[in-house]
Amino acid sequence: MNLTKIVLATAFALSPAAAYAIDISGAGATFPYPVYAKWADAYKKETGNGLNYQSIGSGGGIKQIKAKTVTFGATDAPLTGKDLDDSGLVQFPMVMGSVTPIVNLEGIKPGELVLDGPTLANIYLGQIKSWDDAAIVKLNPNVKLPKQAIVPVRRSDGSGTTYNFAYYLADVSPDWKTKVGVSTALQWPVGIGAKGNEGVAGNVAQTKGAIGYVEYAYAKENKMTFTKMINKAGKAVAPGSDTVQAAAANADWKSKPGFGVILANQPGDQSWPMAAATWILMYKKSEKPAESAEALKFFAWAYAKGDAMADSLDYVPMPQNVVNDIQKMWQAEIKGADGKPLYSPTN
Amino acid sequence: MASGERDVSEVALKGASAPAAVSASRAAVLRRLRLTDTIFHGLTRGASLAVLALLSGVIIALIYGAAPALSTFGFGFLFDESWNPVTERFGALAPIFGTLVTSFIAMVIAVPVGLMVAFFLTELCPKVLRRPIGIAIELLAGIPSIIYGIWGLFVFAPFLQQYVQPFFIDTFANVPILSTLFAGPPYGIGMFTAGLILAIMVLPFVTSISRDVFDAVPPVLKEAAYGVGCTTWEVFRYVVLPFTRVGVIGGFMLGLGRALGETMAVTFVIGNAHHVSASLFAPGTTISASIANEFTEAVGDLYTSSLVALGLILFFITFIVLAIARYMLMRLQRQGGK
Amino acid sequence: MATTASKTAALDSPLYAGRRRRNAIAKGMALAATIFGLGWLVLILGVLLYKGIGGLSLSVFTENTPPPGAAGGLLNAIMGSIVMTVLAVVIGTPIGVLAGTYLAEYGRHDKLSSVVRFINDILLSAPSIVIGLFVYEILVAPMGHFSGWAGAVALAVIVIPVVVRTTEDMLNLVPDTLREAAASIGLPRAHMIVRIAYRAAQAGIVTGILLAVARISGETAPLLFTALNNQFFSMDMNAPMPSLPVVIFQFALSPYAEWQKLAWTGALLITVTVLGLSILARSLTSARKS
Repeated sequence: MNLTKIVLATAFALSPAAAYAIDISGAGATFPYPVYAKWADAYKKETGNGLNYQSIGSGGGIKQIKAKTVTFGATDAPLTGKDLDDSGLVQFPMVMGSVTPIVNLEGIKPGELVLDGPTLANIYLGQIKSWDDAAIVKLNPNVKLPKQAIVPVRRSDGSGTTYNFAYYLADVSPDWKTKVGVSTALQWPVGIGAKGNEGVAGNVAQTKGAIGYVEYAYAKENKMTFTKMINKAGKAVAPGSDTVQAAAANADWKSKPGFGVILANQPGDQSWPMAAATWILMYKKSEKPAESAEALKFFAWAYAKGDAMADSLDYVPMPQNVVNDIQKMWQAEIKGADGKPLYSPTN
Repeated sequence: MASGERDVSEVALKGASAPAAVSASRAAVLRRLRLTDTIFHGLTRGASLAVLALLSGVIIALIYGAAPALSTFGFGFLFDESWNPVTERFGALAPIFGTLVTSFIAMVIAVPVGLMVAFFLTELCPKVLRRPIGIAIELLAGIPSIIYGIWGLFVFAPFLQQYVQPFFIDTFANVPILSTLFAGPPYGIGMFTAGLILAIMVLPFVTSISRDVFDAVPPVLKEAAYGVGCTTWEVFRYVVLPFTRVGVIGGFMLGLGRALGETMAVTFVIGNAHHVSASLFAPGTTISASIANEFTEAVGDLYTSSLVALGLILFFITFIVLAIARYMLMRLQRQGGK
Repeated sequence: MATTASKTAALDSPLYAGRRRRNAIAKGMALAATIFGLGWLVLILGVLLYKGIGGLSLSVFTENTPPPGAAGGLLNAIMGSIVMTVLAVVIGTPIGVLAGTYLAEYGRHDKLSSVVRFINDILLSAPSIVIGLFVYEILVAPMGHFSGWAGAVALAVIVIPVVVRTTEDMLNLVPDTLREAAASIGLPRAHMIVRIAYRAAQAGIVTGILLAVARISGETAPLLFTALNNQFFSMDMNAPMPSLPVVIFQFALSPYAEWQKLAWTGALLITVTVLGLSILARSLTSARKS
């Protein structure tokens, strides 16, 4: 039995790679992994070309594209313009989602509790310690709040979710900016760390009085008690694709190099304050132009045909005007060895 | 295979009876045998050197990766509790502390329990049940560690939070040292929980190795002890244990090695806070949990390098633990005269 | 000790009663410890069966890992795991057995052996993520892509110390009288080792290899940076290769019910495989003993 396995394995291993269609590989952010996997599956069925995306983390994605072990990298925390120029990379957003606060309070239904940015920051700074604190009561005059200690739950692993969450808190709270700051991992003043969205959701579900933050898909699929948030316009909004789209529509995408706009605290009555995009990283001058061209074809296909699939998994597609700008950028900047663009809208 | 055997016996027989005629062919055969012997010796030696090279390679890779962090923070890295990715200031104190504490808890529980299970399996258990129970305990070692992690988070930690930890906190509230060790609030996850899960994971190592060495005790010894009227426990305590202590300690070390390096299971239940806390119920972190948690998302050279430096420190801890174990074994062997 | 007096007096004496009591307590504790140990197994296996068995069906073995929201199986992951595990054993076993042989036969007391023995014990407990990083540096980064080969090598690095350790232990159990008998009929050492010592220790060495397989079958960390993973079926050793533990890891932490179900089923498969292997290993060992 073992011998047959070995023979089989060797036979497979020695079979020429040419027998396969061009396979492209990418690695990075965990957050978009499900939707990339779904797109890749549909794309393979349609075109026969496989695209293998693996979630090894944003930091890993940035490292791997710089080490040139993958065709493209993916990250939840955009690179700065200088970093992009230094390493000869281009960056563009692929899909959006949002960060959603979840709570465990007896008798409180999803969407019933309302919070605002400064209150959320003070909870995670350890300055608001009880659910009947005046700041929370003021936002929720009609909700019966218990005299119960708040247990803040946060990610223990480095995460793009944390990055977007902290970016928003730093934007609304000067205290947060100076004491904690913004990164994929932080030195947290209080709370318990849990691994992954799964860990945060699990800990919040088990701990009375807990609050946590997870990706929206997580809150929705697991029917967690999410909160509403007061946005920049002073309106209370619920998380969802419509409020994320509103935030994206109001953002000025061209204001940052590589479309690196963080969608935190965007203007607009309907904007969810913790919307988040996720980015792709590629080389301007690829050493493997055939693979890069294939990857671009895949991304173009995903922009054109992937919206419904993204929606079914609670992701939010990019607005069409941004997609147009991105594709213009591809033509202008991503080139093969001969200096010709690797992407043209016709093929 | 069979031809080689024939050669040898032929040589032996002929060598005895017919001296001159076959001496030439005999020499040739002997030369060939010596050659294969040398080659085989060389091969085994080469393989040993390969093992040596492997570890050296791992350590060199680690030192190379850790160099930026170590040169930036110097020796202070070992004693700094802060771990701040935003300001890029890192210290290893909390992970080192957590690693030692959780492994200690694990060994304090797993060693006596493991020894008692081995005692049960070798001396008390009905013969029919011996193998099934032995295999069942070993199976604990075969469950993927992520399963321990998820089970720990969703089943075990809530149980501890609701029933066990409040009991400890209340009971020891007025006992001087214990009240600090078991201070609230009961989060469910934390160093205590991580230590317990590690104990479960280490148990099969301690048990199966202890059982194997207990089985190796010559029956004559035990029978002699029973003969002078010793009880089962006395035979175990005063005959079996002293006779096998070298092997038993070897089993502890293997278990301790596992506890020190275990990653996924701990990551889910330890709370992952870079704090040094006197309370066992407080969240903490371990070296391997920090690496597993943060390595993939770490952005920036100093951050990554600090995580690799943690890995290097874990190597040194393992090194020291094993060196102590070796030393103890040597002393025991000298004392025992065997 | 206390049996100098008459038998009845001895049985009534407080000393003997105390010894009997201690004996009873110790036996009770041994039983309690065993139940305690088995209790954990029942609890964890119970959760595993409860969550994993529902997803077990033929399609698990015939279909590839699905995107979220679709039905599928674990075929590509299972095949990838088998291929990389077999290769890791093929690479790691010869090195491990030979090094173990050196420690037990040729260099029982020399300096090199004591150093290798020590270093081997350190390797045994090296955190597997560190081994993944090491293989990343020596294979993935220079080759410029993740590959099944890198995954197999990383697993082999974990296999080697386990096999070294068990080979040495098992060879040490072979009585020296056998070696002396072989030497007395003029058998060269290499022949003695291969024909006599290996044959006597065969079952034990095989047990060691099976233990090593059990050890690597659930490893996630060393594969994440070496073999990566692959959503599709791939047997190209030069490309990223799927594996069961990495798939379990990714799916278990996802928000989608179908993926979580597959993760539990995969975990059940691994555990059952390890159970099968350890029963096999046990029966080989007991076959040797009888």
